[in-house]
Amino acid sequence: MQYSAPQKMQCSHCGEACSPGNEQPGEPVFCCSGCKMVYQLLNQHGLCDYYTLNAQPGINRNKHTRNDKFAFLEDDSIGTQLISFRDTTQTHVTFYLPQIHCSSCLYLLENLHKLEYGIISCQVHFTRKEVTIVFNHGQCSLRQVAELLTSIGYEPYISLHNAGNQKPRVKKTLIYQLGLAGFCFANIMLLSFPEYLGLKNSEASIRSVFRTLNLVLAIPVLLFSARPFFESAWKSLRHGFLNIDAPIALAIAVTFARSVYEVLSGTGAGYFDSMSGIVFFMLAGRVLQEKTYQQLSFERDYTSYFPVAVTVLKEGKEVPTSLPAVKPGDTLLIHNEELIPTDGIITRGQALIDYSFVTGESMPIQKEMGEIVYAGGRQTDSNIELLVIKEVTQSYLTSLWNQDNTSQEEPKPASFVHMVSRYFTVAVLGIAMIAAMYWKVHDPARMWNAITAVMIVACPCALLLSASFTNGNILRILGRNHFYLRNAETIEALAKINHVVFDKTGTLTDAHQQDIVYVGDTLSARQQKGIASLAAQSNHPLSVALAGFLTTRTDNVVVGFKDRQGMGIEGFVDEDLVSIGSQAFIMGNNRVPETGTTVYVSWENKILGRFVFHNHYRKDLKPAIHWLKSHHYNLSVLSGDNDGEQRALARLFGKQATLLFRQMPQDKLHYIQQLQAKGSRVAMIGDGLNDAIALRESHVGIAVADDTNNFTPASDAIIHAKQLPRLPAFIRLCKANKRIVVASFILSIVYNVIGLFFAVQGNLSPLIAAILMPASSLSILLITFGSSNVMAKWLKL
Amino acid sequence: MSVIILLLIASLSVSVLFLIAFLWNVKHQQFDDVESPSMRMLFEDQPTDNTSNTSSTLNQ
Repeated sequence: MQYSAPQKMQCSHCGEACSPGNEQPGEPVFCCSGCKMVYQLLNQHGLCDYYTLNAQPGINRNKHTRNDKFAFLEDDSIGTQLISFRDTTQTHVTFYLPQIHCSSCLYLLENLHKLEYGIISCQVHFTRKEVTIVFNHGQCSLRQVAELLTSIGYEPYISLHNAGNQKPRVKKTLIYQLGLAGFCFANIMLLSFPEYLGLKNSEASIRSVFRTLNLVLAIPVLLFSARPFFESAWKSLRHGFLNIDAPIALAIAVTFARSVYEVLSGTGAGYFDSMSGIVFFMLAGRVLQEKTYQQLSFERDYTSYFPVAVTVLKEGKEVPTSLPAVKPGDTLLIHNEELIPTDGIITRGQALIDYSFVTGESMPIQKEMGEIVYAGGRQTDSNIELLVIKEVTQSYLTSLWNQDNTSQEEPKPASFVHMVSRYFTVAVLGIAMIAAMYWKVHDPARMWNAITAVMIVACPCALLLSASFTNGNILRILGRNHFYLRNAETIEALAKINHVVFDKTGTLTDAHQQDIVYVGDTLSARQQKGIASLAAQSNHPLSVALAGFLTTRTDNVVVGFKDRQGMGIEGFVDEDLVSIGSQAFIMGNNRVPETGTTVYVSWENKILGRFVFHNHYRKDLKPAIHWLKSHHYNLSVLSGDNDGEQRALARLFGKQATLLFRQMPQDKLHYIQQLQAKGSRVAMIGDGLNDAIALRESHVGIAVADDTNNFTPASDAIIHAKQLPRLPAFIRLCKANKRIVVASFILSIVYNVIGLFFAVQGNLSPLIAAILMPASSLSILLITFGSSNVMAKWLKL
Repeated sequence: MSVIILLLIASLSVSVLFLIAFLWNVKHQQFDDVESPSMRMLFEDQPTDNTSNTSSTLNQ
């Protein structure tokens, strides 16, 4: 295996661009000392296959993690919440590592025992991005394991959500039931063939063996595999209504009873094959429809965002404390890049808090000592101390969340299938009654025969199959296009919406990119370089963006750099005084009204001009919004930001759309509730925690994620940001879903009528049932799969 | 006639074995993560004392 340096200088570890040093050609280059350290560590332990499996697989180590970040794991009460098993020598722990992305990651993590001898084994679950580590706690601690992972670039994500409640085991009962039903169905079919093909009377003993075997094989299907149908039917009966599972449970029970009677009395072969066939196909449909996206979570609440522990200052000492144990009156030490877990008053330090997560405001907010800060913000400056004034569960953010819990549980509108099922059962019973009355008069001997035959053949399995298979296939197609729906009901809900509400920051715009326009005197190359050099000194997001925008070298020496918090920065570049900052900072009292985010710049106290920051709108949104407009969808934009973007939004959305600015999470919730009160069916598209409650309140809440591994708020659907322009196609596919279900439903009615034609006459032979059942099921499978795939192809999905 | 019965018993018991194998596999999470094993099989097994061969590839 030959290692060759990439053409452009790229870090051998993480693939970041880096400036060439004095390395020999062919020697690895690194963008930072962090990457180099990881490389050296792996090299020492003979783990360099990491670099040969994939090119530059590493995770950039430029961002430094604070040394005592995992100190809280030393605390036993917190540690035990995370570990899954511990005996005298071994501890088992599962970490979530969002950085896992390729086979190199798998290789490195499963060879972790070579780096640390205390680790016994490591097992990666790739789809869940989890690693289960078994280590000897006599040789290394939980904290050391977490720090080892962090040191090689896989920092475990530990949130309050992890603590205490381990994730529920995947439900496997359905798979067992399906496997057993499939086994019994296949064998019963095989054993029924001789009967259908005709056995001579002389072979009666073989026939009875076959029939008895069928009976034996059908028992587990009835008792185990068919249980979900009986349970669901029973549940609905107890609540006083008939759901779609009721006629199915009835059909299964009646078929079994009649078949047992026929076999034991020697009058016939029974319908065991039809019965187990129904159960098998229905379970298959259910499994398909309940296919879940393991790597995604639709159920996140604030606990997934909050850290498991924070640093509390007690008598001058830093004590890691688990979050629920934090009491009002405690003093918290909030480090750079840490989330503020509860409402509090700043007692020391300067806060520059990024609330984009909570409010959608894209720029950090300056807070001084003595001011109240609310939970959910992220500190982006140096450490601050915070006096807790409310318990974590009582903070502004969590109270918003909890308050909403009560208002949510309105009954979901009945789906098409459930609407039909109400009439279906009644109709089947009606037909059975009529047939019974007819035969009671004309030929009482055939009465029971006719009644049971009607119930067997009129089973709505084809209807249920059509719905579950179409839904399952549509979920699959959408998932392939990075639009993940929580469940099948969401398809129907999405097809019915008539009002689409967008969030601005992070949804319509890309939160990580900004368009900068310069207005003012033309800047000379020297001035550009000077401004860029000054901006490069600060890590305020605006300065960083500005330095990136000017794209000149920033190696001028800045003398006397001053950072006037919340105002601007200034310094001498080549003996010229350069200042950049807010309007008040640069222009003093000569104020002019401004819109949006603006940074002013002056050179030797002479005002040069200003940089105006515009949100960067995601590409290709225009056709999608135009389609929504022309198809009579009402559109709204709710922005947590100021109204600086009103003109750009009005151009994009047209006159009819409602544009609202400075919307707090509560306002967004109220707006959705108002729309719903007026009878609109609302889809809310948003990202971040600030939209979370609105997402839950709306009929369909769609969370936008730049990377589906990122954290998204609880929602009905998750869409990849790049796929947002294809929203119209997704909506059309969901609408087609209903037409496909109805079409295949009509077909299944035709099959039912044919079956009923035989049934009411009292001469439904097992052969006809055995042909009709699989034929209807299979043709419906073909139609649903075929038409939904054709539709998807037509929509270019 | 009895041959058919014999064959029947044989085929049924074979299929029951497969059913048990399937259920056992589901229970022991063989189908839980279908992505990792396909990558894992590509890794070269290294003797534990080997440090010379693969570790030096990047330094060449």
